Amino acid sequence: MSAGAVGAPVRRTGPPVPSTLRSLSRPGRRASMLPPLDVPEAEITPDHRRSGSVDLPEVAERDLVSHFTRLSQRNYGVDTGFYPLGSCSMKYNPKVAEQVAALPGMQRLHPWQPDSTIQGALELLWRLERALCEITGMHRATLQPPAGASGELTGLLIMRAYHTKQGDPRTKILIPDAAHGTNPASVTLSGYTPVKVPADGRGLVDLEALHRLTDDQVAGLMLTNPNTLGLFEVDIADITKTVHDAGGLVYYDGANLNAVLGKARPGDMGFDIVHINTHKTFATPHGGGGPGAGPVAVVERLEPFLPAPLVKQADESDGGRGFEWDRDRPDAIGRVHGWNGNFGILVRAYAYVFGHGRDGLKEVGERAVLNANYLAALVRDAYPLAYPDGRPMHEFVSTAKPLRRHGVRAMDVAKRLIDLGFHPSTVYFPLVVEEAMMVEPTETESKETLDAFAEAMSQVAREAEQDPDLLHEAPVTTPVRRLDEARAARDLRLTWSMGGGAAGSKAGAGVVAEPSADAAGEQPTA
Amino acid sequence: MQFAPHTDDDVREMLAVLGMSSVAELFDQIPEDVRLGRDLDIPLGLSEMELVADLRGLAARNRHTDDLVCFAGGGAYDHYVPAVVWALAGRSELYTSYTPYQPEVSQGILQALFEYQSLICDLTSLDVSNASLYDGATALVEAVNMARHATRRSRVLVSETVDPRYWATLRTYGRGTGYQPEPLLADVAGGTSSNPSRPEIGDDVAAVVIQHPNVFGNLEPARELFDAAHAAGARTIQVFDPLSLGVLAPPGDLGADIAVAEGQPLGNHLAYGGPYLGIIAARMQDVRRMPGRIAGETVDVDGTTGYVLTLQAREQHIRREKATSNICTNQTLMAVAATIYLGWLGPKGLEELGRQSHAKAAYAAERLSSLSGVDLAFPDTPFFKEFAVRTEREPDAVQRGLIDAGYLAGPVCEVGPQGRDGRVLLVAVTERRTREEIDAFVKAFEEACS
Repeated sequence: MSAGAVGAPVRRTGPPVPSTLRSLSRPGRRASMLPPLDVPEAEITPDHRRSGSVDLPEVAERDLVSHFTRLSQRNYGVDTGFYPLGSCSMKYNPKVAEQVAALPGMQRLHPWQPDSTIQGALELLWRLERALCEITGMHRATLQPPAGASGELTGLLIMRAYHTKQGDPRTKILIPDAAHGTNPASVTLSGYTPVKVPADGRGLVDLEALHRLTDDQVAGLMLTNPNTLGLFEVDIADITKTVHDAGGLVYYDGANLNAVLGKARPGDMGFDIVHINTHKTFATPHGGGGPGAGPVAVVERLEPFLPAPLVKQADESDGGRGFEWDRDRPDAIGRVHGWNGNFGILVRAYAYVFGHGRDGLKEVGERAVLNANYLAALVRDAYPLAYPDGRPMHEFVSTAKPLRRHGVRAMDVAKRLIDLGFHPSTVYFPLVVEEAMMVEPTETESKETLDAFAEAMSQVAREAEQDPDLLHEAPVTTPVRRLDEARAARDLRLTWSMGGGAAGSKAGAGVVAEPSADAAGEQPTA
Repeated sequence: MQFAPHTDDDVREMLAVLGMSSVAELFDQIPEDVRLGRDLDIPLGLSEMELVADLRGLAARNRHTDDLVCFAGGGAYDHYVPAVVWALAGRSELYTSYTPYQPEVSQGILQALFEYQSLICDLTSLDVSNASLYDGATALVEAVNMARHATRRSRVLVSETVDPRYWATLRTYGRGTGYQPEPLLADVAGGTSSNPSRPEIGDDVAAVVIQHPNVFGNLEPARELFDAAHAAGARTIQVFDPLSLGVLAPPGDLGADIAVAEGQPLGNHLAYGGPYLGIIAARMQDVRRMPGRIAGETVDVDGTTGYVLTLQAREQHIRREKATSNICTNQTLMAVAATIYLGWLGPKGLEELGRQSHAKAAYAAERLSSLSGVDLAFPDTPFFKEFAVRTEREPDAVQRGLIDAGYLAGPVCEVGPQGRDGRVLLVAVTERRTREEIDAFVKAFEEACS
């Protein structure tokens, strides 16, 4: 089978410079129509009234539909093909989850409806919470955080509340140097200072350094397991004990939970707080950047600090086994979302968890790890593993460093893979690995897809030697080729009023910004 | 359900390549003492048919807005969602993609976000928007962080007439970043007191936050408050309703430096509170303090126009602990839906929708206030599409009675600090409600009050 036959090639479609809603606009066109007003007109008082109309585009519905259909054709999703973006678990998103989330009894609930009118929704949240606690080995969970980073901050605020209640708020959070950028950013927002823990030669937490850094000012440690290099922290029991012995708490970043589903649980490893990315582990569609959902589960002693409200099963003595929101939680950290989280996403996560069940979830973890190990075995000759002695779990980190002697970088490999019909892996993350290519195939890809991707990777490595310009010039099959990111950050065009949009002229008009640290092609992407 | 496509032969062949004889060997490295030595205590998996039946069963135990006529508000509104919105936002090339890290294969999402940012700036009369935040309340948290960084001041004054959910969310995050919001007093008319002396806005105040229309639906003296805040050197922040801006003066014209909103009314389903989107827009002076993703236009190596994520030096994946925010995943798909919705609505639709919502709310308010035992809570204060009523009967009981009659109203809201001035029932009226529905609602209201 030739490379690229599985992933659908992305071809140039439509005109080279696409329309925008602004360029399609003609005065007097419209799509919307409201029924005639059937009550008396009412005036807005003049001091509050808008003067003149809003300068929105005026387009016909037919043009609106073509416009967004064309935009969708210029986008690659999981449904398009293989999407091995490391750390993102871009697995197949079941269609049935979309269908059940769109049931009127799920999609058309007003968030202020009294508990008595949403018993089905509350029971769904209750069952999902119980299942997430069982999967992670925790006691109770909040479903309120709308994303993983929000879950991290929620967990850190829980740590702060716990330590404050103990009369010892502490100052520092330990994080591995390979951690995702949201970890240190969340630490700052929780009022703590992040302290880096280095990895040792195995690519695992350096135990000696951990012992040295763990003192009575450490509020906690944040860790993924498998870690950001795709390796299982085999000393995890020691790690969590070290932090606990110093009075700290241990936070599990659930980005890599897919690897251990049904096999091992953060709670059994000694973690105290866990966040789950439903858009990774439980296949809720990521929507091109969001929505997600980031439930946070905790051990029993931290339950009082979980955000309010939590679902509870009403007292049987109150007449029946109904469900209600428990708002009376005096030690709760408060609200972390204006409502009760991304309910529509939680419905999809419920469908995934209970659709798979205990047998299916275990198979998810097994197949994810099998796929990653198999693919790693196929590509590691051309792209050596960053830690060749470790066995990858659900993803692996390779390096494109051997190709540097041909003047080829990881980003060039990524762009050439696009021409061969694949979404590339994550590149330049984790930061501690030179020319990193972080590959996460997930469990939903077939052996044929993995074989085809491995063949494409090998082909690119051969091309790097024989015809490196093929890589430097890639991609050539896409609607646009490599984009000037430095210019985007320097000559700001963030709206069509700033000179952007096809209606804008090709030069000038943009807002010239101060020099920035943005450099094209060097961003880690995880 | 199981979506892993492996046959037994596949598994054997793959293991052979790895020199293994069983899948269990892949997990050998997990120490015995942290392995789960049993099955998860979760039911066995279901077929799709069984799963759909389970969820239909749960859904059947919820009342919903196709079943209850919706006069509820309090930050989420039953505006009409036209068919085009989800027919297009539901295209799976868009909704099954990740954050657009590879721009060449993500032009659809990136251009849609650029257009979203443009539309939000057109709406608000401000200069820059990001690609969305989680919801209105967390958008306010980010706006306050921007204001505190910009002014290098710490105090945050928030009107008492800002939604209590926003207050609660600010308090939570403020504990991490080192502030607690302080109240700007409301007056008896249900708006923020605009006493011109305003001694409480001192030169240590980073941000003054008002909601306009406010939690009761009332219109605030926004210009006066913002002028006073600017005189003290503070940033001004407005929580706004995006669908009010066809008829109400936009935040930029009122003097807001940063404007935030719950974006749900723009083509997103009620979905019990999410996924919605947080809108944030600001003036150019704060562009480098903006949180989260921002799409920008540029050119490719051939000079062809294209779009990328830009100003990334603000963000967590580059700046780590010094980032402007920790946000990574946002609500992109909801922003795409908002873009399609605003494209459908157009300027005339936006104006007409505002005009109709206001007229219908005014009609409902007039009818309700003619009932005995029912008064408008703030009869002399102008409102937009939502208003507060005082009832002789407990408002919760009135709300329950309305549900029994097939109508959803609310929430019940406290007036004044700790509800000192009693509790009111909120009523919101969108363009969807007909005169017939309003008349029937008034009749049911009368019965629910008796």
